[in-house]
Amino acid sequence: MKEEDLKLQITGILKSSGKERKNLIPLLQEIQREFGYIPPEAMEEIGKFLGIAETTVYGVATFYNQFRFTPPGRHHIKVCLGTACHIKGGNIILEAWERKLNIKEGEVTPDRGFSLERVACVGCCALAPVSMVEDTVEGKETIEGTMMPTRVDGILLSFELEEKKKDKIKGEEE
Amino acid sequence: MSKVNLTIDDVPVNAAEGESILWAALDAGIYIPNLCAIRERKSPFASCRLCWVEIEGVDLPATSCTTPVKEGMKVQTRTPRVLRLVRTSFELLISHHPVDCARCAKNKKCELQRIAREFKFKLKPGKFRKLLRELPVDSSHPCFILDPNKCVLCGRCVWLCNEVQRACALDFAFRGLNTVITTSGGKPLGESDCSACRECVSVCPVGALIPK
Ligand code: FES
Ligand code: FES
Repeated sequence: MKEEDLKLQITGILKSSGKERKNLIPLLQEIQREFGYIPPEAMEEIGKFLGIAETTVYGVATFYNQFRFTPPGRHHIKVCLGTACHIKGGNIILEAWERKLNIKEGEVTPDRGFSLERVACVGCCALAPVSMVEDTVEGKETIEGTMMPTRVDGILLSFELEEKKKDKIKGEEE
Repeated sequence: MSKVNLTIDDVPVNAAEGESILWAALDAGIYIPNLCAIRERKSPFASCRLCWVEIEGVDLPATSCTTPVKEGMKVQTRTPRVLRLVRTSFELLISHHPVDCARCAKNKKCELQRIAREFKFKLKPGKFRKLLRELPVDSSHPCFILDPNKCVLCGRCVWLCNEVQRACALDFAFRGLNTVITTSGGKPLGESDCSACRECVSVCPVGALIPK
C-alpha cells in the first residue's frame, strides 16, 4: 500500500471517533481490524488526533497482547497457550513453529508467507494443544487439535506441496 | 504552611503538613530506601515498593512515599516486618539486574548499592532466580546511553520527560518481565523526539541512563 493511501485510510477511521483519551484502545482495535496490524503511521496519527504523545500510544499498544506490529503473513498461525493448552505443552508447539519458520512469536517471515501469534484459549480445550491456521487471503481458518511438533512439519510440507502444484498449473496454463 | 510533630524511629521530627513520611524522614537524616520517589511529583508512582514503614496503630506496613505525616504519628523504619519487605523488593530488583558494578559508570553512586550498604544486603537475588534480559544498549544519542538491562523501571525519567520537560520521548512499553523504557516504536533515541535536556540522566538512580 502506498503511504498516502495508508494515511488516508487512517484519517478515515479517526474521523468517526471522539477526541477523548478513552477512545485510544477502541481506535487501536479499529486500526487492527482494518489492516491486520498497527502500522507505525497509525500510532503517530492517533497520538496527534487524541492530543497525546506517540510514545504513550506505543506504550498502551504494546501492553496488550491483542495488538500486533507486523502485517500478518499469507498463513497466519495462532498457537494457543491457554490453560489447557499450556498444560498439554503448548509452549513446545510454539517453539516448534518458531524453529521451523525461523521467526519469533509476533513476527512474520521475510517472504510474508507465515506469521506467528500466541493466543489464549480458543475454546476447544478438549483438543489441546491447539493451533489455528488462518489463510488470510482466502479468509479461511482451520483448527489443528492435539498438535505435535511433527504435525508442524506436516502442515508446512502440505503448504509447500500446494504451492508447487499451483506453480505447475500456472506453468501449464502459460 | 502549618507544621506537624511526629516521631520517626523515636526521633522527634517536625514536618510540613501534607508532606509524605518519606520526605519528612529523609529531611531529618533518616534513610528510607526509595527508587521511584520524586519530591515534586504530586501523585507518587509508588512502584519500587522499597519505602516501607510501620505506623503505630496501623495494622499493616505502609509505603512511606504515599502516606502523609500526621500530628502525633509514631513511625518505625526498621521493624522486622519492614526489613523483610524491603529485602524481598530488593531481591526482586536484583534478580532482574546485571550486577557488574566494577565496570558500571554508576559504581559507588548507584542507589541499589546504597540500599545494600545501609541494610547489609548482598547484591544477590536470594531466594529468587536470576532472570537477566539481553536487550541491546542504545548509544545512538549524542549525549547519553540507555542500557535497558540495568533499568529498574522506577519511572522517574518517564515522568520528567513527559510531565516536566514535555518532550515525551520516553515511556514504558510492553508488560511484565518484558517492560522497558523506550521511545515510540522502539526507535533509537538519536532519532526520537528527545530535546537533549538530559533531565532523565540526572534522575536515574542506577546505571541505565549514563552521560556520554
Ligand atoms: S486452552 Fe487452548 S483451546 Fe482452551
Ligand atoms: S519510593 Fe515509595 S514505592 Fe518507591
